[in-house]
Amino acid sequence: MMNEEIPNLTAFDEAALDKAFGVVEQQAREAAAALSGGEAVEAFRLQWLGRKQGRLTEISARWLKVAPPEAKKALGQKFNALKAVVEGLLDEAAGAGPNDAALAAEAIDITLPGTRRLTGAEHPITRTLNEITSVFAALGYSVGVGPEVETDYYNFECMNFPPDHPARDTQDTLVVANQDRRPQRDRLLLRTHTSPVQMRTMETQPPPVRIVIPGKVHRNDAADATHSPIFHQVEGLCVDTNITFSDLKGTLDHAMKALFGSAVKTRFYPSFFPFTEPSADVQISCIFCGGKGCGKCKQSGWIELLGCGMVDPAVFAFAAEKQPAYDPKKISGFAFGMGVERIAMMKYGISEIGSFYAGDMRFLGQFA
Amino acid sequence: MKILTKWLRAYLPGLTVDDARLAEDLTLRGIAVEGVSDLGNGNGSLYEMDITTNRVDAMNHYGVAREAAAIYGLALADLDFALPEARQAAKAFPVRIEAEDACGRFTARVLRGITIGQSDDWFAGAEVATYFGLLEQKRISNAVDATNFAWLAMGQPTHVFDLDKIEGGIVVRRARKGERLKTLDGVERTLDAEDLIVADHAKPLGLAGVMGGWDTMITPATTNVLVEAAWFDPMAVRRTARRHGLHTDASHRFERGADFHAAPVASALVSRILLANGGWIEGELMDVRVAAVEARTANRKPIALALGEVRRILGKTADEEGITAATVEGVLGALGCGLAASKSASQDEAEWLVTLPSWRLDLEREIDLIEEVARVYGYNRFANTLPAFGEGVRALPWAEKESEVRRTLLAAGFHEAIASTFCSAAEAALTAPQPGLMVPLGNPLSEEAGVLRPSLVPGMLGMIAGNLNRDVSDVRLFEMGTVFSGTTDKVEERPAVAFGAVGSLPEQGALHAARNLEFHDLKGAVEQVLARFQARAVYFDRFPAEAGLTPKWLHPYRAARVAVEGATVGWFGQLHPREAAARKLAAASKLKEPVLVGELYLDRLYKLPLRRPIARDISRFQPVRRDFSLVLDESIGWEKIDQALAGLQIPELVEWRVREVFRDARLGAGEYSLLMGATFQAADRTLREEELKSYQERVVEAVGKAGARLRT
Repeated sequence: MMNEEIPNLTAFDEAALDKAFGVVEQQAREAAAALSGGEAVEAFRLQWLGRKQGRLTEISARWLKVAPPEAKKALGQKFNALKAVVEGLLDEAAGAGPNDAALAAEAIDITLPGTRRLTGAEHPITRTLNEITSVFAALGYSVGVGPEVETDYYNFECMNFPPDHPARDTQDTLVVANQDRRPQRDRLLLRTHTSPVQMRTMETQPPPVRIVIPGKVHRNDAADATHSPIFHQVEGLCVDTNITFSDLKGTLDHAMKALFGSAVKTRFYPSFFPFTEPSADVQISCIFCGGKGCGKCKQSGWIELLGCGMVDPAVFAFAAEKQPAYDPKKISGFAFGMGVERIAMMKYGISEIGSFYAGDMRFLGQFA
Repeated sequence: MKILTKWLRAYLPGLTVDDARLAEDLTLRGIAVEGVSDLGNGNGSLYEMDITTNRVDAMNHYGVAREAAAIYGLALADLDFALPEARQAAKAFPVRIEAEDACGRFTARVLRGITIGQSDDWFAGAEVATYFGLLEQKRISNAVDATNFAWLAMGQPTHVFDLDKIEGGIVVRRARKGERLKTLDGVERTLDAEDLIVADHAKPLGLAGVMGGWDTMITPATTNVLVEAAWFDPMAVRRTARRHGLHTDASHRFERGADFHAAPVASALVSRILLANGGWIEGELMDVRVAAVEARTANRKPIALALGEVRRILGKTADEEGITAATVEGVLGALGCGLAASKSASQDEAEWLVTLPSWRLDLEREIDLIEEVARVYGYNRFANTLPAFGEGVRALPWAEKESEVRRTLLAAGFHEAIASTFCSAAEAALTAPQPGLMVPLGNPLSEEAGVLRPSLVPGMLGMIAGNLNRDVSDVRLFEMGTVFSGTTDKVEERPAVAFGAVGSLPEQGALHAARNLEFHDLKGAVEQVLARFQARAVYFDRFPAEAGLTPKWLHPYRAARVAVEGATVGWFGQLHPREAAARKLAAASKLKEPVLVGELYLDRLYKLPLRRPIARDISRFQPVRRDFSLVLDESIGWEKIDQALAGLQIPELVEWRVREVFRDARLGAGEYSLLMGATFQAADRTLREEELKSYQERVVEAVGKAGARLRT
């Protein structure tokens, strides 16, 4: 830091004062410009503004005291202006902190990866289930749930499966041990679909009903790339007066557009389920190729996605045992069901269904 | 099932659409053509069909042709096989149906003087040879090929016996327990009293509707035959087939319901083919029918159908005309129904009595007919409409709680996982919160999956092990799922959440030293979850090993019970080293980090209301922090200090927390030191020095009573 002598003031005319103050101000500016770091700023403050040995105190002592009375006013004004300049320089220096050279010495490698905290990822099945249920919530559907261990009655009988239907065989259905001595309808099994909740809902609630039923289901299937003994379904049920097949079509067409984009087209063709009639399978135009035909849709342009149909009057007859309002002559309804894994696999490009149940951090982390 | 379009076109002379279009139209009407291959040389296409089990009538060429006729409104050729005049028989061939519940119709025709062998010059030009060639159906002998031809043409099983091996006549009856029969597959079978058989007057000849017998089989030496075509009851055939572990074309059809009227037609077809190589018919066709069965198959009562009902169920069509009386009559008529208008009303109120075709046993109710109308009309010709709704959407009572728990764990850096619903009996015994109450499966996928999981912990440990084995060393997972308890008579289901963690923090970082996750990291996550709920009393405790209260999967001194309002809501802590070793987790985790795991019983947590945030004004006055360096006996936990401070009830003591815990040699044996920071702040004033001094003295006194002294 410069530490020049303070010149002695010999003349007190305006020009002499300007010159003297100019010199000192220049000294202050030069000193301030060279400041670097907190300590230097503090030293500058002491040097210029210190009460005992500060240069301004010294100027005050040397110049003001000796000035003739008629010059004191002008000198005082110029002194105050100088003090303001010095204080300003000090504020500037303190606020600006270290200079660029000092900052350069503090350079870090900003290309090193950031330190990340793990963000938990919702499971793709949960995510897909939630997407589906919210699409239907917007159409007035509440969520219904039911037990994973069901009776034969709810899983099969009231869903209009005939007594000897192959699905009832232990080759297809996982059953709880020691059921042989119980009446068929009471036998416990792992539900093979979420349809039982349709009946459980109708038994407790007269029409109108609009529910979607998300849930885990089980079948006695060997695991492969696309099959798992554990999987998830969303079923839906809509019952009211004057619910029609065209309503079913419109509802699912809307839902598929909401889930897969408004460009998606739907196509319905006849199928067979014990609990609906008429029954349909629904295809959507291939979301990968837009319907032109590709490997994913086996060149057909269509992907089969869900099953649906008008609720079979026989199912309503079971419901009417507890809620007489389910009179198939007066009300009608539709039901639909879709496999959540299949939809999630399509949406997220997952090739192995087993990935959903392995808890592999690397797989799950992709959905964060 | 394979279908030749060349064969189809033989029944549909007016068919003009090409094979690709035909396949598409059939598929969109429920007769699914899965694959089309061009056979070349003007031979048409081969369709690979996938027809749903309810449409067994369409699983043959004539059945598919009938569908096409309905779609396009075409005429369908009759199946009519004229036979030569029969020679007089000395006496009628005896046929008796004893099991009238299980056999509705039995036709038998005697052919004599026939030649068994191969000929290319059979009935109906070269059709058999051509069709079989295109279908790659092996030709065996005229007798076998004739029954196969009838099967492929019309889906009616038939059987040809060597007449000379039959003693007396035919009896369709139940077997006598212990009777023996060698079937065509060469297997000697012992029959059950419930088996339905075709027998002669001395012995069983075949399993009715399933498989013929060895002893009456056609051989090259055979010259006289009996042609059987019958209608057997679905359930009777199913039971017999199951009992003997057999599934044949014949049993497949009979189990799903055959056409009562097909037997004589198929018999004529088989006879025509056999007679092409010479021989003659002896006597009239024996045709024994059971009236009761005929009444519930071929002669079912007509069904009432109203156009209004068709429209009520099906709704709007894309074109304006919609479903008319003519549509209904056209579709159902083409499918073989008879429609009698039951009321002379306006077109819109048309009603009919509909008689049902014998081959469509799946049609039983009005709704079945409505489905046929929709199906043949074309599903995609209906409009897309949306039903109006006026009710509100109700959330499940626990939905918000469930989503709060999930959100909290996600925010705490745990990935959500889903594990198997099953575990081994040993894992269940280890982790069941209520020991002994577990539910085994009757047909488990494997021994490791023999029991419904009583806890989510086995699945969590499996997933942690899976990650460590794949060299993924930082694991933080949670699962929300159902756990099961109870007995095989009554299964109880509850929601639970499990979480597991192993590895270090931070997970990824180049610049910071990582540290292992430890107990209190997991405890923090548990506390965050509990903090979502409104509870008066939440505490954590632990029990001495000898009390036997700590779950066996947890380290007894590094585990905590979570209690809310006095009830246990879960356990968590370090996995018991024994369990870690048994699962080879210590070896897999290269850093020998502890595995942390826990489970909360969400049904108990969900009984609590969610905590609703209530905002308080933030004090504008300066907070003052005072640190207290305490020395404590190892037996005194933080909880004591915490309670002592809470007991002071100083409103200005707004926060206190542990800043550091440390042990050093300058302390007494069995002592440790704890640096506690306390913050004082008033809402309405700046605290004065004398106030602060008084609070500090009270803090020192309170922690002193709790067993702590100030470090000097």
